[in-house]
Amino acid sequence: MEQLFFIIFAGIALIGAVNLLLRRNPLYAALSLLTTMAALTGLYIMLKAYFIAVIQVMIYAGAIVVLFLFVIMLFNIRVVERQTDRRGYLKWLALPFAIILIGQFVYIARLFEGNPTPVGTEVGLTEMVGRKLFTAYLLPFEVTSILILAAIIGAVVLAQKE
Amino acid sequence: MVPMSWYLALGAVLFTIGAISVIVKRDILSMLLAIELMLNSVNLTLVTFSSYFQELSGQILVFFVMVVAAAEAGVGLAIVVLLFRNRQTVDVDQASMLKL
Repeated sequence: MEQLFFIIFAGIALIGAVNLLLRRNPLYAALSLLTTMAALTGLYIMLKAYFIAVIQVMIYAGAIVVLFLFVIMLFNIRVVERQTDRRGYLKWLALPFAIILIGQFVYIARLFEGNPTPVGTEVGLTEMVGRKLFTAYLLPFEVTSILILAAIIGAVVLAQKE
Repeated sequence: MVPMSWYLALGAVLFTIGAISVIVKRDILSMLLAIELMLNSVNLTLVTFSSYFQELSGQILVFFVMVVAAAEAGVGLAIVVLLFRNRQTVDVDQASMLKL
C-alpha cells in the first residue's frame, strides 16, 4: 500500500520534472515545477517529516513559485526564438554529463542498500524540530535572518527605477 | 515499507533532470526554475536520510536550504527584471558580457 503511494507520488514528480525540461515557455515550466513540489510534499508526509511538508507548501509553492509567476506575468516575458545560434552544439554535451551524474549517484546509493531501518514516529514532529532549531542550531538560525535582510535590500536596490 | 534506495533514486533522477535543464535551456527564468528543482531533489535526499537514520539534523538543513532558496529567488528575479528592462530579452547568450 505504501509502495503504491510512493509510485504514484514519484510518477507525478517525474512527469512534472520532465515537463519542465521540455517546455520552452517559462510559465508552463513554473506550473510543472509546482506539480513536482506538490508530489514531493506527499513523499515528505510518507517519510513522517510533517514540518518539512508544511513549509514546502508554504515557502516553495506559496512564495517562490508565485514570485516566479508574478515576474513572468507582470513583465510579460516571452521567449523569442534566438537569432544567433552560435553554440547550439554544446547542448548535446548534456547527455554524457547526465550519464556521468547518474553513474555517480548509483555508486553512492549502493553504499546504503543494505540497511533499511524503519521510519520512526517521533522524528519530524514540529515540536522536536523547533526544539532543536532553537537550541543546537540557534546561531545559524539568527545568521539566516541577516541573509534574508541582505536579500530584501539587494532585491529592492536592484529592481528600483533610477 | 518502501526501501530507502527508491527515495534516493528518485532524488538522483530529479537532480539530473534539473542539471540537464540548466545546460539545455537558454532563457534565464527556466534556468532559475531548474535550479529550484535541483534544490528540491537535494531536500528529498536529506529528508530520506533524516527519516531512515532517526537523525533530525537533516530536516534542520532542509529548513536552511529553503531559506537560502527564497533569498536566491528574490535576488535572482530582481536581476532578471533588470536584465529584461535593459535588453528586452531573457536570453543568456545576449547577456554574456557581465556589463550592459
